Order: sequence, then structure tokens, then C-alpha cells
Amino acid sequence: MYKIVDKKRLSDNVVQMVIEAPLIAKSIKPGQFIIIMVYEKGERIPLTVVTSDKEKGLITIVFQEVGKTTKLLGKKEIGEELYAVMGPNGNPFPIKYYGNIVLVAGGVGVAEVVPIAKALKEVGNYITTIVGARTKDLLFFTDVLGSISNKLYITTDDGTYGIKGLVTLPLKELLDNTHIDMVLAVGPTIMMRAVSDLTRGYNVKTYVSLNPIMIDGTGMCGGCRVTVDGKTKFVCVDGPEFDGHLVNFDELMMRQKTYIEQERLALKLLEEKNA
Amino acid sequence: MPRRTRVPMREQNPEDRIKNFDEVALGYSEDEALLEADRCLNCPKPRCIEGCPVGIDIPAFISLIKERKYREAYRKIKERDSLPAITGRVCPQENQCEKTCVLARTGEPVAIGRLERFVADYCVEDIQEIKKDPPNGKRIAVVGSGPAGLTVSADLAKLGYSVTLFEALHLPGGVLTYGIPDFRLPKDIIKREFDYVRALGVEFIPNVVVGKTILLDELLKDYGAVFIGSGAGAPVFLNVPGENLLGIYSANEFLSRINLMRAHRFPEYDTPLRIGKKVLVVGGGNVAMDSARVSRRLGADVTILYRRSREELPARLEEIKRAEEEGINFVFLATPLAFSGNNGWVDTVECQEMELGEPDESGRRSPIPKKGSTFTLKVDTVIIAIGNRPNPIIAKTTQGLEIGRHGEIIVDPITGKTSKVGVFAGGDIVSGSATVIEAMGAGRRSAMAMHKYLTTKVW
Ligand SMILES: Cc1cc2nc3c(=O)[nH]c(=O)nc-3n(C[C@H](O)[C@H](O)[C@H](O)COP(=O)(O)OP(=O)(O)OC[C@H]3O[C@@H](n4cnc5c(N)ncnc54)[C@H](O)[C@@H]3O)c2cc1C
Ligand SMILES: Cc1cc2nc3c(=O)[nH]c(=O)nc-3n(C[C@H](O)[C@H](O)[C@H](O)COP(=O)(O)OP(=O)(O)OC[C@H]3O[C@@H](n4cnc5c(N)ncnc54)[C@H](O)[C@@H]3O)c2cc1C
Ligand code: SF4
Ligand code: SF4
Ligand code: FES
Repeated sequence: MYKIVDKKRLSDNVVQMVIEAPLIAKSIKPGQFIIIMVYEKGERIPLTVVTSDKEKGLITIVFQEVGKTTKLLGKKEIGEELYAVMGPNGNPFPIKYYGNIVLVAGGVGVAEVVPIAKALKEVGNYITTIVGARTKDLLFFTDVLGSISNKLYITTDDGTYGIKGLVTLPLKELLDNTHIDMVLAVGPTIMMRAVSDLTRGYNVKTYVSLNPIMIDGTGMCGGCRVTVDGKTKFVCVDGPEFDGHLVNFDELMMRQKTYIEQERLALKLLEEKNA
Repeated sequence: MPRRTRVPMREQNPEDRIKNFDEVALGYSEDEALLEADRCLNCPKPRCIEGCPVGIDIPAFISLIKERKYREAYRKIKERDSLPAITGRVCPQENQCEKTCVLARTGEPVAIGRLERFVADYCVEDIQEIKKDPPNGKRIAVVGSGPAGLTVSADLAKLGYSVTLFEALHLPGGVLTYGIPDFRLPKDIIKREFDYVRALGVEFIPNVVVGKTILLDELLKDYGAVFIGSGAGAPVFLNVPGENLLGIYSANEFLSRINLMRAHRFPEYDTPLRIGKKVLVVGGGNVAMDSARVSRRLGADVTILYRRSREELPARLEEIKRAEEEGINFVFLATPLAFSGNNGWVDTVECQEMELGEPDESGRRSPIPKKGSTFTLKVDTVIIAIGNRPNPIIAKTTQGLEIGRHGEIIVDPITGKTSKVGVFAGGDIVSGSATVIEAMGAGRRSAMAMHKYLTTKVW
């Protein structure tokens, strides 16, 4: 079960993996995610399914090695198996004709947005994509997104590639000069907040894909709760996409840091073990 | 002759047990069991049976203990109760079989639960001699591996059905695994009962969320009938300001991190948990007691805040007593109004004092706020244990399933038949949070009804 059939490094710390998971391949829809456990004593972590192949029963994930679990996952080789892969979880993204759409993606959000972008394109939306990275070496999947989008902007914080600056730079220009029907931002929380803050002033409908800490992914623990429009929502069953103008990002960012000390310790012990 | 009181069960000392997660109650020895069994009067009209939700023939199994025929006693219990090692430990006996035992009227009732546990533990290897009907070629799907789902699976497998058991999590057992801590129900007991279900030929498929991974309607195409035992696993929050501060957990999250993910053994296990020195648990049921006692074992000073008085505590009496012995404080007649924090972490709870008014529909006196009386508590961790609702995933993704006001699946109470042909349901998903034995009882009744349905083809 859950055998790794392909693996590829997309950048220094971003890995793409293809996993056998026939039931999930059959049922997953754009915007939904899975929960994986690398081994028996591991954590349950959520990851987005980037592409799936129903016939072959395969799903593709792209992940950034940030802590112990993603690093252990990155060490798994073709032919090895994962302990648990469960899903799909969350709601599919509402795919329909919006008109003129801007997708804003940063970090691994670049991969996470792919299935939604494809589906939105298929129903006839005009898609402009803005990809942001700190520096050129961290860019990946720009070709994939480029082929889906009608227009592609790339920004790097240090100006080593494309536009120098943050994703909000080209986004502001677009908002000022064109009519936009919907914006979807997927990536680091701070980026999604910046995008939402910007589009609020233009009154453009903005979706964000939230990434709180999760355990079960089925609505059982409430650990993934966020405040949206003053109400508590569970991201794993009510989301993961929400109206960015209504999300309490400060609270989300605070909650994401709950285990920062333990995460550091786990990583340190792992590195010592590997050394 | 003065009537003897019940034989006490040996327990770990409170000072020792708050330092470990080993089982608190140590069980009867053979001699102790014989002594206790001797107290049963073998009544011609045994009232105890009426108190047991599955109607175990209690005097019969106790008589078999008296004759030292433990295997036979075990089989007698198993006629009605598929998981005796579990019910013997966690049934709220004082509200069930032991409440109606005739001896309870004048003194202490027979310790039926303890005897049940003794027999189940004594017959540990008995599962080898499994008797089951030859395969009948019919397929059944069961959703959820809590006590309801496990019971249906075992019963139908014994009747020759080919049973597939789907579970959303990576481990079987439902609340038995993720909710009830090791010191009340050791994991090897659950494993033993689960191994028995597997030995009957039940195929277990973890990591499948029915309604997401596979739709219920898809299951109906491949299986003759489906049983839904998906439990009441959605936590209820207080909906007061500050509830999303760091350090505030639902009991489900707190207990899952420990029981399912083994966070108390971090960093050997990867899942972390942050718990401070002063823990406040809100609620008064088994879930609250479990959260408090786990917190105590993690070294915290623990207070339980309950909005009614001690008499109304819904938890099992034995567990309340043990919580008190373990040094857990209780504050009665109060409820949180708001949480506030420092740097994002909760540090203060503002509480409203309550008083008891008229009895409500549950028969308990309902708490009403006492005007102008509030107080604050300093804490660094809060665990909310005020209840759970049915998990909505299946209801949301299935057409034609009649759902009640609180998200529960509506069924015929005898058969567990839902509004959808071929679909049965039972346990907490139907009743709301109840008990292990009631979930098993519902499972057993549904298994019989499913057998009848698949034999007669009449819905
Ligand atoms: C719906 C959803 C989809 C996601 N999709 C992707 C994806 O496609 N690719 C990808 O690289 N990342 C994705 N993430 C983020 C990914 O889950 C985290 O990077 C991962 O859990 C980090 O685990 P770690 O042990 O390696 O790092 P840690 O050192 O444990 O944590 C690093 C940071 O990750 C977050 N995190 C930690 N544990 C969890 C957890 N159990 N659940 C969620 N977040 C956690 C915390 O904010 C933490 O500070 C997604 C998150 C969500 C909620
Ligand atoms: C902390 C705690 C302590 C308790 N203590 C006691 C006690 O001492 N005595 C007592 O009698 N009772 C106790 N209870 C109550 C008792 O545990 C429950 O009443 C009982 O477990 C209900 O059984 P069930 O089979 O209906 O559901 P559950 O045990 O809840 O099992 C349901 C299972 O279904 C799975 N599931 C849910 N949705 C899906 C889906 N869509 N697809 C696949 N699988 C799914 C869940 O993951 C879960 O494993 C306690 C409960 C808790 C939470
Ligand atoms: S199953 Fe529970 S209620 Fe029934 S006899 Fe056993 S302990 Fe008593
Ligand atoms: S009512 Fe009490 S004394 Fe009578 S048979 Fe039942 S357990 Fe024994
Ligand atoms: S991850 Fe547990 S409720 Fe969302």
C-alpha cells in the first residue's frame, strides 16, 4: 500500500513524489488534500494532491522540506511505502466561470494551485498567474503554470529573476488597470494576508487556501480551527479555501507557531541522528 | 449474618499512578472473583439483567464462575456482549446492571462489571476456538471501527458474511483508541478484541473516509448492505471570546494527541503537545475526567470546572472518585465567559457563577447564571470537554439519508434501518454521545436485522 513509484527534486528543498493510492486517485478533486503518515510513530500532516491518475491509481504530491516530517518524507525512496495516506479531505474548490481570474502563488503554493488552475482554465476562465519566490533558485513549476495560464508574471524578492519585488507589485498593477473577477492566493500565510489586504480595497472576491496545523483532517479534533467572519471554522471540513477578506490571519499565524519549540527539537534530534 | 460488602479491587496507589499511564484498576484474582461471585443470590427474577443494555444473563455467568467454569462463563457473556474485556472496564455499571441488582436496595450491589472483566481477562486465549458459519457469498460494508462497527463486523462474519470494515483513521477502535486513555483501557485489550474480529475474517481497511474516499452510494453497489457506525466525533466548543488562543484544546484534540498519536512519548513519537503547569478542564463527563487525569499524569495541577454541582456530574462514579484521589480540584457551579491571554497563550479565564434552577428535560436541574457573580482563574492550558456532535461527513455527501436536528442519523430503533434501503446505522451517530455498551447493543440489533434483510430480501 501507498508505494512511492516516482520521486524528483524540484529545487533544493522541494520534492515531487508519485504515490500509489488508487481510491484517492479516483475521488480527489481540485482543492482537496490528503493526510499522510511517513511511519508508524510519525505525525499526521496534510498535503495537497497536485495531479492524479485514475487509471493507474497514482497521486502526485509536491512538498517543501521544512521540518522533521517533511524531511523524513524527502528521504523516502522509490519502492518504499508510506505508513498511511488518507483522503481526499476538505471541500473541492468551487470551479465555475468567473471571467478574469488572477492566481497568486508562492512557496509550494505554486504546486498546490495547479489542479485548481487547470480546472478553472477548462471552464473558460481567463487566467493570469503571479508566481513569487525569494530568489531564482527557489522557482519551480513555472513551466507547468505557464502552460495553463493565459499570462504569467514571476517575481523574486531579490530581483534574480523576473520582476523584483513581492507578488503584490504586479497584482496591484493588474487591479489598477484591468477588471478582475476573482483572485485566488495559495502560499505562505503572510502572502495570502498581503494579497487579501490589497484586494479588499478594490472589492475583488479573494479566495485563500488556509494551512493550519491538523491532526485527523476529518473534523474530529478542532485543532485546525480558524476565525472567518467572526465565526469558528474547521479548515479540514469547512475549507481549505475561504474568503480572504473575512479570515483572521493574525490568529492563524499565531496558531501555526504553537509547537515551534518542539518542532525545532525534533529537527535537531533528526539532524544529529543523520550526522 | 451481616451481609458482606463487595470485594474491593486492587488499584495502583494514587501517588504512583499519577506518574504512569498503566492501568489503575488491577482486576480480581481468582480467589477474589470467587468471593465476590458468592455474593450473588442467583435471583429467580434477576433485576440486574434489565439494567444491562444488551441483556447479559448475569446470574448465569456468575453461577458459572462459582463453579469455576470460566470458559463457559465467558461464552455466556459473549452471547450478548462481543467485547467483555472492554465493557467490564468502562461500562457505567452504577447506572446499569449494578443499579438494578437487588442487593443495591439494601447495600452494595454485586460487582458485576469486575466479574465480567475477570472472566474476560482470564479467558484471554479463548479466541483461538472460533466457530463460524461457512461463507455465504454475501458482502457487507461497515463504516467506522468503534464498538458499534466492531460488533456488527464480528456478528456478521460469524454468520458467514464477507465483511469489509472501513475506518477513517489509521488505527481501529474509534473512541476506545483515540479517546479513552491507556490507564482506563490499555491498548493491548483493544488489540486483542480487534485481533479476534480479524480472526473471524473481517477485512479491515484503514485511512478511508466514507463520504470522501468512497461515497456511501458507491458502497451500496458493491455490498449487499452497509452499516454506518461513524460515531459522534465532532467537538463542541463554548463559543466564547478568546477560545482560539494557544493552549486551548478540545478534549478530542488533547486526547487524540496522547492516545492515538502518543504525544506523551514525544520525541520518540513525532506528534507534539504543549501543556502547562495549571490546567483547567471544562465539563463533567467521562471525557472531562479523562482529560484531567491525563493532564495530571503529565505533571500539571488540574482543576475541573463544571456548571452544575457534584451530584449532577455525568462521569462514572468510580472515575470521579479516582480523579479526586489523584488530587484533581473541582470547581462547581461555574462556566467560562471569556478567555484572555498573553502573547497569544491563554492565561486567564473569566468565569460566571451559576446556581441550579428547575430540572430540565434530562431530569437534571439546569444551571442558570447568578447575576453579577463572576471570578477569574489563572491557567496556562484549557481543555474543553463539553460534548461532541455526530460527524457530518456522511450526512453531507449522501442523498436520501434522513438526518435529525443535531446531525444524527434517523433510524428505526429496533433494527437500525435508515431511510435509505440497504443502509443501517447505530451507536453514537444515531444516539449522540452515549456509551460503549449501547453502541454495541445497537450494532448487535442491526447485525440481526441486516442478516434478516439479506436472507429475505424484504426491507
Ligand atoms: C490543507 C493543507 C495543504 C497543504 N499542502 C501542502 C503541500 O502540498 N505541500 C507542502 O509542502 N506543504 C503543504 N502544507 C503544509 C504542510 O502540511 C506542513 O509543511 C507540514 O505539516 C510540516 O511538517 P514538518 O514536520 O515537516 O514541519 P514542522 O517543523 O513540524 O512544522 C513546520 C511548520 O509547519 C506547520 N505544521 C506543523 N505540523 C503540521 C501539521 N500536522 N499540519 C499542518 N501544518 C503543520 C506549522 O505551521 C509549523 O510551524 C499543507 C497544509 C495544509 C493545512
Ligand atoms: C474520552 C471519552 C471517554 C469515554 N468514556 C466512556 C466510558 O467510560 N464508558 C462508556 O461506556 N462510554 C464512554 N465513552 C463513550 C463511548 O466511547 C462511545 O459512546 C462509543 O465509543 C460509541 O461507539 P461508536 O461505535 O458509535 O463510535 P466511535 O467509537 O466514535 O467510533 C466511530 C469510528 O468511526 C470512524 N469514522 C467516522 N466517520 C467515518 C467515515 N466517514 N468513514 C470511515 N470511518 C469513519 C471514526 O474515526 C471512529 O473510529 C467515552 C467517550 C469519550 C470520547
Ligand atoms: S455489559 Fe455493562 S451493563 Fe451489561 S452486565 Fe456488563 S458491565 Fe453490566
Ligand atoms: S440482581 Fe444481583 S443478586 Fe440478583 S442475580 Fe442479579 S447480580 Fe445476582
Ligand atoms: S484537523 Fe482535526 S478537525 Fe480539522
